[in-house]
Order: sequence, then structure tokens, then C-alpha cells
Amino acid sequence: MPLGLLKYGRGSDYPFESKPDLPGPRDLKKHYDVVIIGGGGHGVATAYYLAKYHGITNVAVLEKAYLGGGNTARNTAVIRSNYLTPEGVRFYSASVRLYENLANEFDFNIMYSRRGQLTLAHTDATVRAFRQRAEVNKHFGGRTELIDRQNIAELVPCLNLDPAELPVMAGLWHQDGATARHDAVAWGYARGATQRGAELHQLTEVIGIESHAEQVTGVITNRGKISCGSVIQAVAGHSAVMSQKAGFPLPIVAYPLQAMVTLPVKPFLNPLVSSSALHCYVQQTSRGEIVIGGGSDPYPLYNSRASLPLKESLIASAVDMFPFLSEMRLLRQWAGITDMTADYSPIMGLSPLQNYYLDAGWGTWGFKATPICGKTMAELVASGGQVPELIQPFTLERFNHFQQVNEMGATAASH
Amino acid sequence: MKIMHCPLNGPRNISEFVYGGQVAAMPDPQQCSDKDWAGYVFYEENAIGVVREWWQHAPSSYWFIAERHNGTDDIVRTYDPSELFDERVDFAAGDNES
Repeated sequence: MPLGLLKYGRGSDYPFESKPDLPGPRDLKKHYDVVIIGGGGHGVATAYYLAKYHGITNVAVLEKAYLGGGNTARNTAVIRSNYLTPEGVRFYSASVRLYENLANEFDFNIMYSRRGQLTLAHTDATVRAFRQRAEVNKHFGGRTELIDRQNIAELVPCLNLDPAELPVMAGLWHQDGATARHDAVAWGYARGATQRGAELHQLTEVIGIESHAEQVTGVITNRGKISCGSVIQAVAGHSAVMSQKAGFPLPIVAYPLQAMVTLPVKPFLNPLVSSSALHCYVQQTSRGEIVIGGGSDPYPLYNSRASLPLKESLIASAVDMFPFLSEMRLLRQWAGITDMTADYSPIMGLSPLQNYYLDAGWGTWGFKATPICGKTMAELVASGGQVPELIQPFTLERFNHFQQVNEMGATAASH
Repeated sequence: MKIMHCPLNGPRNISEFVYGGQVAAMPDPQQCSDKDWAGYVFYEENAIGVVREWWQHAPSSYWFIAERHNGTDDIVRTYDPSELFDERVDFAAGDNES
């Protein structure tokens, strides 16, 4: 054993780190240049890039509960860019590229693990759609190809190729598909942002937004009032509720999305596997747990309760895909609230208020976009409202002109 | 099992029902602006509280209205649509001829 390690083990400050990752709680200042509502991945990533690339550090991230405790903690941590539209693929593949180097950039392990993602087609129509996705992906920077049953069997030997009388016809194999530890992503960004001078205020809920002549002047929190130069809202799950505090509606309907994990087992499943017809996706985390996720609840609700029928159908589909899962025990289950838009794309950029910026409508596709959202939202705010080209298609205005960016067929497993 | 009271069939398992969106007044598609139409198509009431929604009992194809709390999932009341719609609604029938 190296002597240094022995010495460290016997040292008096063991096992405590000399410097905590995040600074302790502090008082709110009277004024911030930028207030970010929502201390999830997107919010702290925006604060991080504002400080890192634009030198804007008089920033407060306001979080009503604790860092990364909302949908950042509730998603199933899938990172991929095999979307359908050029706008979507360009945007999400920029995010995947940022993810790849994030742990190095932070000097903080986010447990990024590139596994590849496999989506199964059970009908001719889906095979045709996959062919289109593969071509769009190749063109706009992702690595995606169509593979046949034999390739699938070699890639995932334990997969049942004829589940529920729906034979697998082909697969969309996305080599860039990956997973990471979601809490670590939020912590890495928060650490980087606070080290550069931004402030993270947990247990600080925004209860009102003050505006005058289409300009936001300040926010009212449960800890007092702050004035601010501009506001970014990044509150997945409650975007439309928050925007109404600012005085305008959003084209969002909130649905719960339920997921679960089994007890950890030895590694056996490398790629992330999802089925387009069974509405189910299965992956093994780096800790060994099998994550099972699927479609949203059948009707809207602002509540993260569980419902037995949805769990039952989800487990049935997972067992159809991997029959031996019936032998395993569930460890925990949870739900998140997803802000669904009509076209399954986010709402980013300008709002009806001049200095109030939107990072909303993140439905079931928010975690994978965390880095690129932070980067583009920071650019948007730092430039005083020049919308970066990458997020122009996701403007709120698109709904008024019926210019949707339709990602329904390529999103999650709900379709 | 969550139960919904169907005004036609009585208390049934909620899995027999299909959600059909919030009850909203439809603007005249021939007359209204694009923005008004977008408002009707894409926007819903997003406050957390009791909302008025269309539901269908799928096995009997019967549409009715439910008042439901979208935060607690309590179903406050269900009733036949004739309570709200007591006149015939015409969907600009003349334009279908073209």
C-alpha cells in the first residue's frame, strides 16, 4: 500500500473533505444582474456558462427545494441525439458533444458512460421512420444506423426478439447513446458556478414576479424581494405555473411520468434498449440497477403520485423484452411531472416580457439537453436577447405561426 | 383502483375512460386570427385547481364532462354535456361543400 494512502487514512481530518463542494447558505442580496428561477441542471448550467464564458457572476439561482431535487433527479438519465428533425438533431448532438468532456471540464466525476442506444422497430412503418432518422442523424452529426435482427441478437443476447407477439424487425442503433449520473451533473455545474462567484440559494421559492411596462423589475421570494436585471425561468414540471406569475400563459400540458429501478445486479446489459411498440425502455446503471421507464400517464396532473395500472403495464412490457426480469425485485419507484408541448420540442428564448427568458417545455427530453441549454441560455442572456441560432426554432412564437418542430416520433417511449 | 363516476354507466374503473382535453370555447375557424386559433389549439388553463374536462367512457363511446382537481386528482363532479351545451353547435357546415 502506498505510504501516502496509509497516512491519509490515519490522518485526523479523515474522512472529511477540507473544502466542501458548495458554499453554505447566505443572505440574499438586494440586487442581482441575473436571477435564475430553478436550481436544477438547466438552471445551474446556465449560471456556470454565464460565469465561465461571459464573466457575469452577479447571478442568483433560486431553488424552492434543494439542488437538482426536481426533474433533474427524476429522469432516467438517457443521453442521445437520434431525433427526427434537423433542428432537433443539431441541437441535441451539440449537447452530447458537451457531455463527453464534462467530467474533465469539472474535474468532477459525472459517471458519463457511452453505451449506445438501441430502439426496436416492430412494424414496417417504424422501420421506415427509423431509416429517415438514421439519415437525418448522419447528416447532422450523430452516429446512427439501422441494424437487423442478427445484429441485435449479438448486441443484446438476453433480449427477447419476439416479445408480446410483436417480432422485432429492425433496430435503430445510436452509437452516441450514453448515460450519466444526473445528481453529479447538477452538482458539477453548481460547484463550477459557485466557485466562479454565482450564488445558489436553496429553499428559496419564487412566489411572485414584478414587472413594469413589459420589463421584469424584480422577483418576490419567501425570503424577501430582490431586484434584477433579467430573469431566466428553468422550472421543469411547473413552467406554465411560473409563467403565469410573470403574467403570460405557455402552451404546455403537464403529465406525470413514472419510472422505477430494480435491486442492483452484476453488469449484463450494456446498451440502453427501448421498444417503440411496447412503450418501454430498459437500461442498467453503472451501479447495477435496472432502470425501467415508459410512457406518460394517460391524463394531465400536477402530482408525482404513483398509479398501479401504469406500473403494471410498464413491468409487463419490460418482462416481455427481458423475461428474466420477472425474477428481480423492485428497489424504488417514482414519478416526475413533465411539461409536454404539442410538438414534443422545448420552448426556449424570448418571452412576452423583454428581459424574461424561457427555458421551458422540457417534457421528457430535458436531462440530455442540460449542457447545451445552459450554454445557449447563457449566450442569450449575455447578449441581451440575441437568440442563438441553435435555439431559434424553439421559440414560443412558433405556435402562433404553426411552425412546430415535430419530435413526437423520436421522443421517449410514449409513442 | 381509481373510480370515476360515469353519468351514464355509474362508477367504473378509470382505465375504462379516455381523457379528451379541457372544455374550451372554439373560436370560429373561418373568422378568427391565426393567433386565436393557436390559442384554442395549443393553450390550456394551467393554474393548479379544479378544471373542466372532456372524458369518454370508451366501451360505450359516451362523452361527458368531469370537474377534476389537477393537483390532487380528486374528481369533484361528472355530468352530461347537455348541462353546458343546450343548443345545437354548427361547425360552419357550408364550407364542407367545396
